[in-house]
Amino acid sequence: MQRTDVMPITAAPQSAAVPAISPTWTAVGRGLLLGTVLLYLGIVLVGPMAALFVETTEIGFAKAAEAVLAPAALDALLMSMILVVIALVVNAVVGTLGAIAIVRHRFVGRGALSALFDLPLAVSPVMIGLAFILLVGRGGTLTPWLDALGWKVVFSFPGVVIGTLFVTLPYTVREVAYVLEEIGTSEEEAATTLGASPWQTFWRVTLPNIRIPLGYGLLMTIARTLGEFGAVLVLGGSISGQTQTATTFIHDAMEERQEASAYGMALVLAVMSVGLLLALEWAKTRRQQVLKRSST
Amino acid sequence: MNIRVKNLNKRFGSFVAVNNVSFEIESGSLVALLGPSGSGKSTLLRILAGLESADSGSVWFGDEDATNVHARARAIGFVFQHYALFRHLTVAQNVAFGLDVRRVPKDIALKRARDLLALVGLGGLEHRYPSQLSGGQRQRVALARALAPEPKLLLLDEPFGAVDAKVREELRQWLRRLHDEVGVTSIFVTHDQDEAFSVSDRVLVIHQGGLEQIGTPTEILDHPATEFVARFVGEVNVFRTIVKQGQATTGSLIAQLDEDEAHASGAAHLVVRAYDLKFWREDPGIATVERVVTLGDRVRVQAIVDGAGPIVAQFPRRSSLLKGITPGCRIQVEVAAARTYPANSEVPGLSIP
Repeated sequence: MQRTDVMPITAAPQSAAVPAISPTWTAVGRGLLLGTVLLYLGIVLVGPMAALFVETTEIGFAKAAEAVLAPAALDALLMSMILVVIALVVNAVVGTLGAIAIVRHRFVGRGALSALFDLPLAVSPVMIGLAFILLVGRGGTLTPWLDALGWKVVFSFPGVVIGTLFVTLPYTVREVAYVLEEIGTSEEEAATTLGASPWQTFWRVTLPNIRIPLGYGLLMTIARTLGEFGAVLVLGGSISGQTQTATTFIHDAMEERQEASAYGMALVLAVMSVGLLLALEWAKTRRQQVLKRSST
Repeated sequence: MNIRVKNLNKRFGSFVAVNNVSFEIESGSLVALLGPSGSGKSTLLRILAGLESADSGSVWFGDEDATNVHARARAIGFVFQHYALFRHLTVAQNVAFGLDVRRVPKDIALKRARDLLALVGLGGLEHRYPSQLSGGQRQRVALARALAPEPKLLLLDEPFGAVDAKVREELRQWLRRLHDEVGVTSIFVTHDQDEAFSVSDRVLVIHQGGLEQIGTPTEILDHPATEFVARFVGEVNVFRTIVKQGQATTGSLIAQLDEDEAHASGAAHLVVRAYDLKFWREDPGIATVERVVTLGDRVRVQAIVDGAGPIVAQFPRRSSLLKGITPGCRIQVEVAAARTYPANSEVPGLSIP
């Protein structure tokens, strides 16, 4: 309460109905609030991360590094990276087009489409994996058709890709749609009256305006792809060298009591997460600046 | 390029935004679309720009039917109320945008942008971003940007609505001078009658999607065609009255009507402007003064006329007519000019006391 010295100038005579709160108690209250939040974060976030670090130290970093550089581990990491690239490309396109469709066009079922994009946030990935298996797995409705085409979806690479694309669907659409709504259509209309074609308007006006939220959504997509477990396990089956990703690798290593592999891979993912977090923070400040500029 | 609009209609669901509007604007003039908010004037402007399509009717640019021409191909410049500058481009890049998309070489486009920025008084700000400019400066960038591709028609949607009063007055005078310099046919939308009358050659008064009157500012002030126009323009008094032998009588208030006004007889609405009245002290007189309020260079007097109700008059601050007029005193009222309109034509949205 640095400003208590200014109080007498503006304060009305203290009425009986509103008892004065002393600055000391306000400070105590603030301290309690902050303390609770920090304690909670310590328990659920910092603690486990520190434990992971300490455990890896006990095993020895050299041993953990060796385990992560083993062929099976590298395959799993490579699989995660391939999924990241696919998710980035697909979500960049689908996210942008989907957001433009939801925000800029008026059609029957627009609300339903908008809700569909949010579905993966509400539905458990494991459940969706299961639903896919019922559709395209052994004895599934579409299985005879896929067999005739010679396509194998479940427990194969396409299955992992489908699972990943499903869980990462909402992030770019949400972010881009929100900013498109805030910015409005007048800049695009201005471009049109100045003679720009729809193509020119998109590349020169719309895309520059949504590049920050698109980037933010894509960073979230990377984080989600790297962290996804349920959908890729159910649809991919964690077959080493084929459908195993970094997270399913950790799971299998734990099952097989190969601590060095599990901790090493977990540390690799943790380091990536820190990098992503920093990038997200940066994108968030940039996004605020963009929105602020639109309102002034 | 002269502009012709024929029987234009536009509805949004059940809301009639433009109702059978036809008019013609001669080449090189500066025209105001004046009307209260929600009257459809912005929709009309957007139809002229091609940003909205009309349900029926046609728009002609010179001898060319532009009704189905895309906004991009209409060769118009449009200035938005909230500027709509491209926030990721510099001032110079904003102005050059319309030339860039037409594949004009970069150096020529930037040269023209610099020239236009000098014309609108923003030389030296080429490398700023829109967020680093004031509202008045942004609107001038928007104008320079609209003028860059040399449009045949310039459309401005409430161009000065988002800047403060003092800057607005400067921009109006500046727009008039710029128009005289550039000479491009221009149409601007406003709800501010001072703006419409002080800047434009002709004014189109729009009400509930329909065109009420088109004319020079003087014609509209002196010969309002409809009761709406008469009541929308300036501060007015409205009375239910009876017209007989060129005289309109409401309680003790008697107004002599002009020749062209005296045609009808019977029930009518009498519309008297606040500055078309004369008050002087007289006992018994016909009215009692209620309030005298000073508004800068003018004084507003409210009084109650016996049998007719409240009346408001405005006088110049130093007018001899104000001599001895104080609240509570009795006065005589003379109506210097008045107009009557048929009593059956109720004007929606405007009630009669």
